[in-house]
Amino acid sequence: MSVDADTVRRIGRLARIRIEENDVEALKGELNTILGFVEQLNEVDIDGVEPMTSVTPMQLRRREDKVTAGGHPERIVSNAPESEDNFFVVPKVVE
Amino acid sequence: MTLVDTRTPNPAYFIGGATGDWEVIIGMEVHAQVISESKLFSGASTQFGNPPNANVSFVDAAMPGMLPVINEECVRQAVRTGLGLKAKINKHSVFDRKNYFYPDQPPGYQISQYLDPIVGEGKVLLDMGEDGEVEIGIERLHLETDAGKLIHDQDPNSSFVDLNRAGVALMEIVSKPDLRSSEEAKAYLSKLRTILRYLGTCDGNMEQGSMRADINVSVRKPGGEFGTRCEIKNVNSVRFAGQAIEFEARRQIDILEDGGVIDQETRLYDPKTGETRSMRSKEDAQDYRYFPEPDLLPLEFDDAFIEHLAKDLPELPDEKRHRLMETFGLTHYDASILVMDRANADFFEEVAEGRDGKLCANWVINELFGRLNKEGHDVASSPVSAKQLGEIVDLISSDAISGKIAKDLFEIVWTEGGDPAKIVEDRGMKQVTDTGAIEAVVDEIIANNPDQVEKVKNKPGLLGWFVGQVMKQTQGKANPQAVNQILKDKLGLD
Repeated sequence: MSVDADTVRRIGRLARIRIEENDVEALKGELNTILGFVEQLNEVDIDGVEPMTSVTPMQLRRREDKVTAGGHPERIVSNAPESEDNFFVVPKVVE
Repeated sequence: MTLVDTRTPNPAYFIGGATGDWEVIIGMEVHAQVISESKLFSGASTQFGNPPNANVSFVDAAMPGMLPVINEECVRQAVRTGLGLKAKINKHSVFDRKNYFYPDQPPGYQISQYLDPIVGEGKVLLDMGEDGEVEIGIERLHLETDAGKLIHDQDPNSSFVDLNRAGVALMEIVSKPDLRSSEEAKAYLSKLRTILRYLGTCDGNMEQGSMRADINVSVRKPGGEFGTRCEIKNVNSVRFAGQAIEFEARRQIDILEDGGVIDQETRLYDPKTGETRSMRSKEDAQDYRYFPEPDLLPLEFDDAFIEHLAKDLPELPDEKRHRLMETFGLTHYDASILVMDRANADFFEEVAEGRDGKLCANWVINELFGRLNKEGHDVASSPVSAKQLGEIVDLISSDAISGKIAKDLFEIVWTEGGDPAKIVEDRGMKQVTDTGAIEAVVDEIIANNPDQVEKVKNKPGLLGWFVGQVMKQTQGKANPQAVNQILKDKLGLD
């Protein structure tokens, strides 16, 4: 598996990372090196092996259905570049 | 998902076009907000209508370093719903990140379930009247987080973001493409809503957005290959669902008959125009780049967990309908009306306990529900209680009052309240069943109306006039059957 220049641009767009045109070739090389490295894993025979989701045997921790957070809207928006009446204010997004 | 056609084409549903008949194929993704106190992965409240960003924890706002912890009640609610849909419950399921950027979604991804949902295949039965019962397959149900709300009308250049809804648990319930008409689609949405309400897992309130549907629509020649589908997003009423499908099917047929092709795309239904329009162009087709949520382990539980929930499941509408028909001798139609809402069925059962089921159904459905609808009440706020209505029915059954007087009595109980039996006693509404008293009145009318007596011999229809006279003299209290019989005897009819 390898990526071409268009795929690099597309991945950047999807992740909202600006990629300058003269960086595309270098990034393509780096991504392909990473993919090539990871591809070595395909050599391992994993027939009948369950996917490992945790290094130690652990269960998903669950929470009781109780209200334990919230109630401080001013703190939620305190770092926002712009807010009004405890709303976040963002550039218009409606089409 | 491999598409399997489980249905036999029904010509009654075909849509006529210039080149012959077309069949519409519909599948639905319903988003149902889970009833819970707090959110799916945070301890913030789910309460509707709170001030902006009051129901927001640092997890919901995606502050750095915050981790999601699953709400066990949301898991139980999803399993209950799966059981209600007669579905396979998956004891092992996995959460994934669905990546997209939009201001209503602070983390840049929705936590959802992709390849391994908590609930697998199930079914919903639709009652289509004369067309009988139709089985609609459920493909899956998975848990996911809701997004926040954007408000666009506060400022010409900005949108306002309220994250109160962000992180609230949703169940996405995906049907198989088994629906074949707007009528079936509407019936499916209604039935699903009824089931969710019975289970207490979603309030089904479409106006408030706690239940909304994405509808996939395609058309084909009857029995042919499935066509290309379009998805109509976020339909928030049963009626709009029907209208949107009708419009969309016609739009696709027109394109195909003009030699065009259908573009697979997302569309939006506008209730004002009754039309659907394209939402996104194909160029920026969504690529969600799903991957397993690294902050959460797989969700696992055992059979005992499922059995415990199954044991406490309420009786569901289909079972309730069967029981009402068997126990109370109700018609399929009456029983179906009663079970549409659990509170209505409960009310009926309280009235019908130890009484004539059919008579009670008639009074509950026609008199009480009719009146409640007219005045915009629901059964919970009914001015006539189940006990009072039961007593009215008792008075009819024991011939203490006639059906006609019973309606007057119902009116009195509705407006003034009180004990029905006592009202009948106090206001002298008791039916006259004493034949001697009725005979006396009949004799008097016959004596005073010799012309009519002559006419009725050739025009038996005039009997009604005599009945009317007797009723008038007795203020409607005479037993109608007794009056009829005595009149016929005395007038020599039959």
